[in-house]
Amino acid sequence: MAKIVIDPITRIEGHLGIEAIVENGVVKEAKSSGTLWRGFEVFLKGKDPRDATLFTQRICGVCPIAHATASVLNLDSAFGISAKIPDNARIIRNLIFGSNYLQSHILHFYHLAALDYVDVTAIADYDGDDPILKSVKDFAGRGELGPFVPRYEGDYRFDKKTNQILVGHYIQALSARKLAHEALAIWGGKMPHQCTMVSGGVTITPTADRIASYLWRINQLRDFIESVYIPDVIAVASKYPDYFEIGKGCGNFLSYGVFDLDGKNPDYASRQRLLPSGVLPKGKEVTALDTSKITESVTHSWFENTGDLHPANGKTIPAPGKSGAYSWMKSPRYAGEAFEVGPLARFMVAYSRSVPEVKKIVDDTLSAVGIGADKLVSVLGRHAARALEAKLVADNLAKWVLELKVGEPVFVKYNMPVEANGMGITDAPRGSLGHWVTIKNGVIENYQAVVPTTWNASPRDSNGKPGPIEQAIEGTKIKDENNPYEIVRIVRSFDPCLACAIHVIDAKGNIKGKAIIG
Amino acid sequence: MTNKKTTEIPVLWIQGAGCNGCSVSILNSESPTIKNILVDELIPGKHINLRFHPTIMGGQGEQVVSTIFETVKKHKNGYVLVVEGSVQSGANGSFCTMGAMSGKHYPFIEVLNEAGKNAMAVIALGSCATYGGLPSWSPNPTEAKGVREYFNEKGIHTPVVNVPGCPPHPDWFTGTIAHILIAGLPDSRHLDDAGRPLAFFGKLIHENCPKRPYFDAGQFASQPGEEGCLYELGCKGPITYADCPTRMWNSGLNWCIGAGAPCAGCVEPDFPHLTTPVYKKVTMERLESFKIKTK
Repeated sequence: MAKIVIDPITRIEGHLGIEAIVENGVVKEAKSSGTLWRGFEVFLKGKDPRDATLFTQRICGVCPIAHATASVLNLDSAFGISAKIPDNARIIRNLIFGSNYLQSHILHFYHLAALDYVDVTAIADYDGDDPILKSVKDFAGRGELGPFVPRYEGDYRFDKKTNQILVGHYIQALSARKLAHEALAIWGGKMPHQCTMVSGGVTITPTADRIASYLWRINQLRDFIESVYIPDVIAVASKYPDYFEIGKGCGNFLSYGVFDLDGKNPDYASRQRLLPSGVLPKGKEVTALDTSKITESVTHSWFENTGDLHPANGKTIPAPGKSGAYSWMKSPRYAGEAFEVGPLARFMVAYSRSVPEVKKIVDDTLSAVGIGADKLVSVLGRHAARALEAKLVADNLAKWVLELKVGEPVFVKYNMPVEANGMGITDAPRGSLGHWVTIKNGVIENYQAVVPTTWNASPRDSNGKPGPIEQAIEGTKIKDENNPYEIVRIVRSFDPCLACAIHVIDAKGNIKGKAIIG
Repeated sequence: MTNKKTTEIPVLWIQGAGCNGCSVSILNSESPTIKNILVDELIPGKHINLRFHPTIMGGQGEQVVSTIFETVKKHKNGYVLVVEGSVQSGANGSFCTMGAMSGKHYPFIEVLNEAGKNAMAVIALGSCATYGGLPSWSPNPTEAKGVREYFNEKGIHTPVVNVPGCPPHPDWFTGTIAHILIAGLPDSRHLDDAGRPLAFFGKLIHENCPKRPYFDAGQFASQPGEEGCLYELGCKGPITYADCPTRMWNSGLNWCIGAGAPCAGCVEPDFPHLTTPVYKKVTMERLESFKIKTK
């Protein structure tokens, strides 16, 4: 029996450690643990509710827009204006959010995940004329390969030439993700941490030059996604087909839906969205989302046992060193079960709901690659869903931007209530994200967020059931315990966002004691 | 261009209590691009050898933790330490651990102590690393603070250059690195009282704001989307020193005030303590206490 400790898991957002117990070459038990706590809910208490949008987005610098979106929806609902947001503002919010989807998905595949599959050192033997690749060759020739080496060794499968081409795409993707942020900044002012999304709408007005400037950046990104990103995911799939077989996880999928197509339905759970909300338990039919079925368990988290509670009534009393606990993350569950969230979950839900655009893009890809739909639930399936989603979102952004009406309003006036409750739900690039707020005496009394990586990377719940990432790792064959590629490839396929996952703690009293370890 | 005499400048980039937004912002660098920064000689003959960066490096686990300690040993006083995220000194540093090696889990502050003491210089990047930032907002549950304050408490004397911003503009970072490579460490001639390079943080946003004529004419926007100065909507431009109005963001495309949003004052040591509520107007008294810098 061997214990593998990988801490830090790099190339993710935030601080994560993984421990795996390996017996006869197979992972018997896996535990995932976050290693940073900042206390967002603690310092939001007593603050101006309107500030939540700007500051909750600072939970995560990779997907701030997801928090900004959940937060404005949350405040709109608390302020009683969720059905009154002008169409221009709804669309601009989608344009901002969608641009960051593209940025996040491209960044994830190329700059976070690809180094597990692409051998950068192959560039040392480059003999072509491309000035960029030649400069990378010079870099490699100087002998200092940081930050790309050290790394796990022994399972790079592409031939030299393909590796070199993919190194070129890694660099091209740096420009593509930057371009996505530029598109975003046209409507969001700046990025990371946009500044235009406010309860009531947005602060920026549509103009013809902004529309054209945005459209043509998105069109460049559509080209990149179609001619580079999707083919590269297929190339990885063809060389690493065994990754269609591992990392399956719990097989339950949850989506809150994302990209409002209609601003008039005040109920976000049933609002018409590009990717719909829904619940798809393993082997069952898809059902409608019922947010009252969400609970959080703290049995194996460093919090006092308070039972399984709905997040709106959530209690979070730190208990460092609690026996049997091993994470600062809670365990969100839907109807008592662990659910995977993220691009794969959204696509599984949308496919089950027969969303035509999703059905077509998935069926076309599966037949082109020559695999069955059952293979989607895997490490490679997650990468594929992410890439196809990037295309779907980019194509729609190019459409939506032309629906803006120059000269029409972007903001609706409201009176901030002294006491109110709100809920804002959406899907971040990494999965389902919910914000809940209670306002009292005109300030934030309680702010709760249940974030994607808490769903995916949660510890065991009150019934002892592991979280989706833990389930995905357990049972996996490890070829080389010194280079446990399998584990990091599985973990990264979920695109974890740990700064996100560990903030949701409402501390009462002082926190003392043990180190937060994986 | 291969230059046989390339000098490698080792850089370690560590993350405390932050959101990764500073790293993501630097990825948006326009000239030089992030590829230029990582791969090419940033200044002829000088290459930034980024040996540790949690978000982009190839390795993980023990192999990368050991890279930090090897660099500290091998390049004592010869490497630059970039710190992103605030320093949480509460609970003996247990709010943030950053890796395990040989069965030991390292609190962030332990790595900062070691890597900070032996660095040639520290760049505190972003408002968390410079002044504590968002994690230090009242009641500051993790005792978060900036690197300078932490070093003062610990008696660590390594020079610290503050490059604030939530996030910092990529030019502010690359410009500071370029200053170190071309002219050496910025000193008191180049920095303001808050340790920021005057080149970027020398002027009030209000001084160069394109909406300034509205302010002078008393024409104020009363709600988002309206023409006029954003002062009544809470703009912190009059109390914020940064070159955003002229530099603009994301390859010079836009910026907060240009997008109709009030400046949130994100580069100030007071952020977010005295710059909030975001949408509440700055008092006259505070307004008058911020002067044009003459240094």
